[in-house]
Amino acid sequence: MAANPMYQFNVYRIGPEIKIGEIDISFTNASLFMVISAIAILFVFNLGSKKKSLIPDKIQLLSELSYSFISKMINDTAGVKAKPYFSFIFSLFMFVLFCNMFGMIPYSFTVTSHIIVTFVLAAFIFIGVTVIGFLKHGFGYLKLFVPSGVPIFLLPLIIVIEIISYLSRPVSLSVRLFANMMAGHTMMKVFGGFVVSLGIMGGWLPLGFSVALTGLEILVAFLQAYVFAILTCIYLNDALNLHH
Amino acid sequence: MKKIIIYLLALFSVAQIAISAETGGMPQLDPKFWISQIFWLVVTFGILLIVLSKFILPKIRNNLETRKSQIMENIEIADNQKINGEKNLKEYDKIIFDAKLTAKKTFNLAKEKIQLDLTKEREKLEGELNSEIDDVEKEINDLKKSAPEKISSIAVDAASEIVNKLTEVKVNKNNVSEIVDEQIKLLGNK
Repeated sequence: MAANPMYQFNVYRIGPEIKIGEIDISFTNASLFMVISAIAILFVFNLGSKKKSLIPDKIQLLSELSYSFISKMINDTAGVKAKPYFSFIFSLFMFVLFCNMFGMIPYSFTVTSHIIVTFVLAAFIFIGVTVIGFLKHGFGYLKLFVPSGVPIFLLPLIIVIEIISYLSRPVSLSVRLFANMMAGHTMMKVFGGFVVSLGIMGGWLPLGFSVALTGLEILVAFLQAYVFAILTCIYLNDALNLHH
Repeated sequence: MKKIIIYLLALFSVAQIAISAETGGMPQLDPKFWISQIFWLVVTFGILLIVLSKFILPKIRNNLETRKSQIMENIEIADNQKINGEKNLKEYDKIIFDAKLTAKKTFNLAKEKIQLDLTKEREKLEGELNSEIDDVEKEINDLKKSAPEKISSIAVDAASEIVNKLTEVKVNKNNVSEIVDEQIKLLGNK
């Protein structure tokens, strides 16, 4: 078996090489798990939205609870003005959640453990939020970098710090998710390796750790999806309701 | 289905081993498949977003809103029914109260009438009884008055008969009556 804990993150082509000009857009195992996640989400929520009974069954309850959960999250953090962005945040949360969860299946692939995927999502959010901010407030959006109640002689420093913190948002957002997923899966692989190398006598302890870590990782998978979505809401809140 | 999954898992693990032998370090930082990943991310996430926002989420929203409005409607209906029920209860109480009042009145009237009838009947009966008693008393008095004469005549007859039987002598009735009268007087004096 693959002993190197990083091998699980390898991307390889499935099927023929697809090229547009010089650009390689071949279907890979990462693409496969993106497609699986998307199909799973659509399958579950399509099933959950089909019946319209007054007293919901399990799958309908699941989809309706998810809907209210995310709706409440957006309302609490970004207010009523964020309603039009509900679909995007719902899709984002579900996509990240399902990718994380499918990654928990042994020998599967974790899409969100790749920095390029999380960075593209985060960059899209960052650009989108910035565009929304400028569209809503014009150049008044720049007031975001000038907190109220700060002494004038501190302003040059504060503005620089605020701009750096704003620009680092996509990096922090993407690295947080990527690093969490990668670290968790690497750790599980390491413990799994210990089980094999310590054999039947000493392998029980790391096996126990592995089981415990699986539970922890499922929690992290949910938590990181939630954090990703809620941070998006907070950024959206900055753009929609300029408080400074 | 199971066979397919097992086959896929085997394929992945074999491919992973084959590839991992060649590379080292973090595969995430290898830009070989970056464009491919971005492309497929945009495609899958885009389709997911469009389908969810156009077809699935509106349905869920409708379901939730329908349920909410249904519940609101039911609550309204329940409230109305409660108000109606209270009104009906008040009416019912009033009807019961009125009925009780009427019953009491009717009862009292009937009672008075009965008592009136009763006294009338009693008076009538008492009158009849009194007159009858008077008649009887009169009769008794008459009988009392006529009794001594009858007794004396019977006694005279009896005495004369006895004497006749004993002595076979015809007795003068006047004499006998004198003796009887005397005897009666004596008895009366005793």
